[in-house]
Amino acid sequence: MPPASLPTAEPRAGRHAALALAGLALLAGASLFVGAAPLSASALLADGEGARMLMLSRLPRTLACLLTGAAMAIAGLVMQMLARNRFVEPSTVGSAQGAALGLLAVTLVWPAAGLAAKMLAASLASLAGTAAFLAMVRRLPVTQPLLVPLAGLAWGAILGAAATFIAWETDLMQFLEIWLNGEFSGVVQGRYEILWLTGIFAAAAYLLADRFTIAGLGRDAAVGLGLRYERVLLLGLLIVAAVTALTVVTVGMIPFVGLVVPNLVRMGAGDNIRAALPLVALAGAGAVLAADLVGRLVIHPFEVPAATVFGVIGAGVFVWLIVTRRGHGA
Amino acid sequence: MIEIRNLSHAEGRTPILHDITLSLPKGGVTAILGPNGAGKSTLLSLMARLRPLQAGSIAYDGMDIAATPTERLARKLAILRQDSTVGSRLTVRDLVGFGRFPHHRGRPGPADRAAVEAALGQFDLAPLAGRFTEELSGGQRQRALVAMAFVQATDYLLLDEPLSGLDMYYARMLMRLLRRLAEEHGRTVVVVLHEINYAAAHADRIVALKDGRVALEGPAAEVFASARLSPIFGMEIPVERWHGRPVALHYT
Repeated sequence: MPPASLPTAEPRAGRHAALALAGLALLAGASLFVGAAPLSASALLADGEGARMLMLSRLPRTLACLLTGAAMAIAGLVMQMLARNRFVEPSTVGSAQGAALGLLAVTLVWPAAGLAAKMLAASLASLAGTAAFLAMVRRLPVTQPLLVPLAGLAWGAILGAAATFIAWETDLMQFLEIWLNGEFSGVVQGRYEILWLTGIFAAAAYLLADRFTIAGLGRDAAVGLGLRYERVLLLGLLIVAAVTALTVVTVGMIPFVGLVVPNLVRMGAGDNIRAALPLVALAGAGAVLAADLVGRLVIHPFEVPAATVFGVIGAGVFVWLIVTRRGHGA
Repeated sequence: MIEIRNLSHAEGRTPILHDITLSLPKGGVTAILGPNGAGKSTLLSLMARLRPLQAGSIAYDGMDIAATPTERLARKLAILRQDSTVGSRLTVRDLVGFGRFPHHRGRPGPADRAAVEAALGQFDLAPLAGRFTEELSGGQRQRALVAMAFVQATDYLLLDEPLSGLDMYYARMLMRLLRRLAEEHGRTVVVVLHEINYAAAHADRIVALKDGRVALEGPAAEVFASARLSPIFGMEIPVERWHGRPVALHYT
């Protein structure tokens, strides 16, 4: 029988985006005035010292949080479409560990390497790690969606163990710790600007949004619509690897951002990447900034790394997502 | 015209299709029948270039699928697969809208939007347009997927068991719609059917496969007969006439 008219769940992306922007502005404002050294709006106006701190430290740190959060959330979203699985993200399935291995390699082989060479090595190694994971996913039965994150965790752990072994033997453990466990206390002017490059990859992801959505429908559906499926996979891999490498090289990975943020957004906005991507970027930026703010406040004037704060919350949400299978179709 | 020449296919070491040569005229509805495991789905997948050809060739109006860019083929033929679960959380309108992708390549225009709205109306999906596909029943989702293939507006439409999951009302509606597409719009429809009476009622031609070979081929009016259908399915299929139309009575 033809259905009667029923209420619909048409996503109200515009209103969500406006709310998210307002929340983000509040967080960013707070971020400028929270830290070990006191800074108030009146002090800012009174002397040049406050303004200097703002420009040299607080603003760069705030921007780094926003850029990292947005980029990692987008990378997570893209990876989930490529793997056709909700429960994967770059920091758990080998992308971050791959980038760390690449960085270790270039540090050992060519200690004098500049930032560009390090970036390239990290990106290529991350690409290889992610591609190997996706190749693995293709062999898993689609009827068992939880096998995918499990295989990813195992693969990420193998690469991570290899990185730990090398770092231990070569006395680079403290670097590895920072790469895989991001924090923003060291971010000052001149040490984060490379993160703006993530904007290029975010824009690329937006341009390719329809293709990623279609790829998320599966290979057959994509080929039927005239998509060059393998090419779209490769482009998505490049975006994930480059964003991961940029993050690992500058501030370090924040685990679970790429997993939790896209999953929460898709409950309301769905999987149409063109609509979801701006929201995912905003929410990711806000989530990382909030985690960093909490890290600055809990044991003030000392700090807890943003990755640690996010790890605690993110792991909890991850478990909740898996147990409830919230928003997991079919 | 669809020309299939010397098509053979194997999954690993198991042969699925043996040297199939078929010529389907342009326009009209062709029903593909056959028992389970006859190779119907494999044939349709190969015709829709979802899997690489191992041996033989397939061409649409002289356009060889092995030599034509996939973007171009997506404007020539559309496929509805048998197992088309939608893993993604998309609204019905968005899902159907992606059927226009071959035409707009990511920049939908007013014509694309109008085509989508028309298809939503035609398949009784307008009231469901804003719902996510995972909130639909199996039959509703199937209708959305058929609408998606339909809105691709290709000369050739391949459907692998489109009636699965549809109730009688929508099964008949879909078959009538396919009939209209062929008659009024000159489209060529190739549809895999399990219920052979739909073939008797709506198809111009019937192709029956058995064990990976073409076992029967011809105008529906000629080949829809007990003596021809029974050996293909390995069971007695009486065909009676009711108001001048053939009806298979294979239920008892």
